[in-house]
Amino acid sequence: MTVLPYLVAGWLLVVGLWGAITSRHLVHQVVCLTVVQSSTYVLLLAVGYRSGGYAPIVSSSVPPSSPFVDPIVQALALTDVVVEATVVAVLLALTVQAHKRFGTADPDRLGELSG
Amino acid sequence: MAPLALSVLVPMIAGTALALTASVERRRAAVAAAIGATLASLALLALALARVGDGRTVVWWGDWPPRGRVVGIDFAVDGLGGGLALFVTVLALPALLMAGYAIRASAQLFYGACLIFVAAMVGYCLTGDLFNLFVFFELMSVTAYVLVGYEVRRRAPLEGALTFAVTNSVGSILLLFGIGLLYGKAGALNMAQLGRALGHVGPSGVVIVAFAFVCVGLLVKAAVVPFHFWTADAYGVAPTPVLILLAGVFSELGLYGFARVFWTVFEPAFAAHHDAVRAVFVSLGVLTGLLGAVLALAQHHLKRMLAFVVVSQIGLFLIGIGLLSDDGLAGTAIFLVGDGLAKAALFICVGVVQHRYDGIEERTLHGRARALRPLGAVYLVAALTVADLPPFGTFLGKALVEDAALGAPGWAWLPAVMALISALAAGALLRAGLRVFRGVGEPAPRDARFASGADDEQRADEEEDVAVGVPTAIAAVLVLGALLWGLVPGLAQSVADAAARFTDTAGYAAAVLGGSAPAAVVPHVRDPGSTAYLYAAATLAGTAVVAWLGVAGRSLPRAAMRAIDAVRALHSGRPGDYVAWTAGGAAVLGALFALTLR
Repeated sequence: MTVLPYLVAGWLLVVGLWGAITSRHLVHQVVCLTVVQSSTYVLLLAVGYRSGGYAPIVSSSVPPSSPFVDPIVQALALTDVVVEATVVAVLLALTVQAHKRFGTADPDRLGELSG
Repeated sequence: MAPLALSVLVPMIAGTALALTASVERRRAAVAAAIGATLASLALLALALARVGDGRTVVWWGDWPPRGRVVGIDFAVDGLGGGLALFVTVLALPALLMAGYAIRASAQLFYGACLIFVAAMVGYCLTGDLFNLFVFFELMSVTAYVLVGYEVRRRAPLEGALTFAVTNSVGSILLLFGIGLLYGKAGALNMAQLGRALGHVGPSGVVIVAFAFVCVGLLVKAAVVPFHFWTADAYGVAPTPVLILLAGVFSELGLYGFARVFWTVFEPAFAAHHDAVRAVFVSLGVLTGLLGAVLALAQHHLKRMLAFVVVSQIGLFLIGIGLLSDDGLAGTAIFLVGDGLAKAALFICVGVVQHRYDGIEERTLHGRARALRPLGAVYLVAALTVADLPPFGTFLGKALVEDAALGAPGWAWLPAVMALISALAAGALLRAGLRVFRGVGEPAPRDARFASGADDEQRADEEEDVAVGVPTAIAAVLVLGALLWGLVPGLAQSVADAAARFTDTAGYAAAVLGGSAPAAVVPHVRDPGSTAYLYAAATLAGTAVVAWLGVAGRSLPRAAMRAIDAVRALHSGRPGDYVAWTAGGAAVLGALFALTLR
């Protein structure tokens, strides 16, 4: 097991956050959030990976008592993808409304609220 | 099994059915279905809670109890978790009733989303699995984004929902990142199993980082400074029925999650570091309380002012939880219910005034709601509830928290600070109420920061025909509930019993996983003594002074005003800025933990 996947996860977290902070377009900002989210996929899969492990499917072609990669984290990552898809759908729907009704997708130019 | 599982499933299935059939809008049937499903969930939870009694109820979904290792997902319910879930369903009733007055377009979809929101919050309170907690957390967040931005045709709700959604999504992702790290370290997701595993691991670096990530995720939801920026934008624009749930219980769920996760998962690892954890979270609570109260005082937009009152109260709750004692937690639980009822009533009052007079600023509404005498009376009593008026539930709860603070070495000054926070926040409420409902004193000054204030003034001075009677009655019932809550006989002792079980980490693990644990020591709580009445009197006096100075048009020295204005300017309404504060806050919190928890 190498440390590389954890570095990738950390990197995705940081660049995604940086993008979300500096973004000037809502679609871009939402995509940056999905980049941040991807860090959790990488992290989860890295946590469950076993070097030389088989896919966690029990069948006769796999010798008994051989190592499996952890199926739980894969289930978690899958759930996570579904959850994130919902959030992104809501965010993009709001973005579309912003563009359609107020003609802008720049969070700074939408600004009615402050203080 | 059945009541607990159904208390989540009934509103969730009913909500989905309502949303799927939204194209054939049948408003009356939708109201009946929504209220029926909520009542069913409420009754099931009451039944389950009666069975929990003095212990815990653990049910395994799909009948997968632990055999050697935990694979299944459980609901582990004790008095506080089950009680909070019950409170969610109780507050959902006025929210659904108010929706009949406040929601015009596609009401059926609204009821559907509300039910799913309620189901997610109930599940969140009951679950015993950390990843399951995250899924309910995300579900309640997503439905909250939709509900806040429900009036998407207007600019402010759309912007508020976007800010809310972006900031909270970052919080959720950090929470999940923390959960991933924990799974990597301990190989478990069940909270009881995680707690036992972390007890062996101890406070290692990964555990500390995971703790920071999990805390940040939950504290963003709870609106703790510096993660609170989204609150005013979301609460300032959400429809009134949604605000009943958001202000009454949604923010508090973040704190519940923190308490639950701390006492089941992290306590064994940080057992030797209670002092450091206490110092960090009580300080955050004081900061949140003071900042929220001062910003509430600086606001003249009624809903934004209420939003900052919510933030200030969150600070008080965090102080109570952060003291890490049974009586502090019990006091917070009692305080939270009384305060939640009062805040829900306040948001109803403000919502009625907003729709009837088509304005939301203190200045333009000055004296215009004089005719609504009963509503004004309800508002003023609710404001005094926030100011700790005995014998309301808020007073009883806060008295317990004060006792806990006085009993913790080095924290004896906390009750005075809590009184100050309450006085400032309630003073802001009272000032606005006296102006709007009584026309007392000078009109509020013009607020340069409030961009759409100009629209407010252009509007005609006519009244809209908005129903007042039923909303007033609902608000009155809520305030009456806050009063009666403080008078329930034996409440303090039974909540203290529940709190003792909540903080009994070994007992929780034994109930879920099997094994034995020593019986939890139940603290003996006493009735509020003379010190509690003294602090309450000081709070009420402070509230009166703050409100009087406010209506008399006195302002602070110029330097202080400039400082407050600078802080207000940080609430820029830009999601990017708020994400930056969240990330920065997470880094600082992580560094603090790294320094103090080794």
